[in-house]
Amino acid sequence: MTTINPCSAELPGTLGEAMPFLCRGAVVTLQSTLGGSVLAIAIALVVGLMASSRLRSVRGVARVYMEFFRGTSVLVQLFWLFYAMPILTGYQFDKVAAGILALGLNLGAYGSEVVRGAVQAVPPAQREAAIALNFTPYQRMRHVILPQAFVAMVPPMNNLLIELLKTTSLLSVITVADLAYQGRLLVNSGSDQLIVFALMLVIYFLFSYLITLLMRFVEGRAGRLVGRERPRRRRSAPAVEGAR
Amino acid sequence: MTTETQPGNASPAEADPQWMIRFDKVVKRFGDVTVLRELDFHVRPGERVTLIGPSGSGKTTILRLLMTLERVTSGTIEVDGQYLSHMRRGDRLVPADERHLRQVRKKVGMVFQQFNLFPNMNVLRNITEAPVRALGVPRDQAEAKARELLEMVELADKADEHPSRLSGGQQQRVAIARALAMEPEVLLLDEVTSALDPELVSGVQCLLRDIAQQGNLTLLCVTHEMRFARDISDRVLMFDQGQIVEEGDPEQIFTEPTHQRTRDFLQAVLGA
Repeated sequence: MTTINPCSAELPGTLGEAMPFLCRGAVVTLQSTLGGSVLAIAIALVVGLMASSRLRSVRGVARVYMEFFRGTSVLVQLFWLFYAMPILTGYQFDKVAAGILALGLNLGAYGSEVVRGAVQAVPPAQREAAIALNFTPYQRMRHVILPQAFVAMVPPMNNLLIELLKTTSLLSVITVADLAYQGRLLVNSGSDQLIVFALMLVIYFLFSYLITLLMRFVEGRAGRLVGRERPRRRRSAPAVEGAR
Repeated sequence: MTTETQPGNASPAEADPQWMIRFDKVVKRFGDVTVLRELDFHVRPGERVTLIGPSGSGKTTILRLLMTLERVTSGTIEVDGQYLSHMRRGDRLVPADERHLRQVRKKVGMVFQQFNLFPNMNVLRNITEAPVRALGVPRDQAEAKARELLEMVELADKADEHPSRLSGGQQQRVAIARALAMEPEVLLLDEVTSALDPELVSGVQCLLRDIAQQGNLTLLCVTHEMRFARDISDRVLMFDQGQIVEEGDPEQIFTEPTHQRTRDFLQAVLGA
């Protein structure tokens, strides 16, 4: 069997008409997801740790950031970054950069809460043991608390990254040529709606499943790091059959 | 927050070789609850002291204060002539900063009721991590020492195991090795066998008895195991409601306690 390029224009019917454009859009979606994720995770770690600080002022700063970016819509943030910023500061972001920034800032705010929650869920006794062994506050966080908190962060982070992937469709509003944008363009120019929309559904789903697979892998690794074996799926119980 | 305390005339911060631990009018309150009331007691270097008494009498709080996991409400504690949760600034005593705390913590080690091993490290790393990170011991040197300690606690073959694969008794023995790896002068034992299955208790107790007899470690032990208290200590302090009601050598406390409160307590725990 010869491999078929799914993005080829030689595919039959509407497929051949739509797939080249959808693929180009999918690449942009993937890029914004990747950029947004990296930014969101970086922000989440920094702000999440700030939110677990002992210093009230540091916690305050983190809190203000989290509440502000969680409490306002991504779309409005996008408008501000792309349309209002140039008026206020004279600096015009590139479309995709503005999009990545908005996604990172918004999902980073949710992620901060995940990091804070995971850090606080590490039993206080672990911190006390680290104090008793005379670790510095930084060493306590870096070598004792964070590695244990990390395991708890992965599943909710998975949710957020999928959320982020789907939110990239909003970037089409500032004319970023992502999957959603290309899809709408195709439909507007007369391609079969049902097929185009179905294809978009499938592509978004594949991407989100990819994220899940990736995060499961990370979770497994992280779990083994703290000695937690992931419950293995039992193979269809041959032992029981043999016993009968 | 800790209030500033004026140094009492009777407690010069100069090293007094006679005492390893000095409590001077220590008060500890949690909200409205007063756990320790103007507690005074001294422990000599190398002395092994057991604290007994009903739960809530403040025994564990004493250990936690010494480990700097809590701060005194008022009064002062000295370890080896150094103020614990205070430091000198000019002629005043102010709450200690992190640097000062790290300085005095070097002298103190603690073994916890629930072991508190780090689940993100194997047994060897649990023991070597603190000497390497906090004391700056070269890793190979720390590992050699750790293996020696594991030999001593009879777990040499478990160095690469993950803590969760060990029994409670084994975990506690690793925790003891981990505390000893920091070479403390004072070792605090906080109900170290309370979380163990009955058949694992004696192993840990034997180990601690050996450690107590070998070294010149100052030992402060909170326990409900009266026989263990008797075996391990030079002196027993009976606590009730944040104060010492009676003290003496173990023989005297356990066979002919003078205080009614001690008699009641011993009767309750020994079930005799």
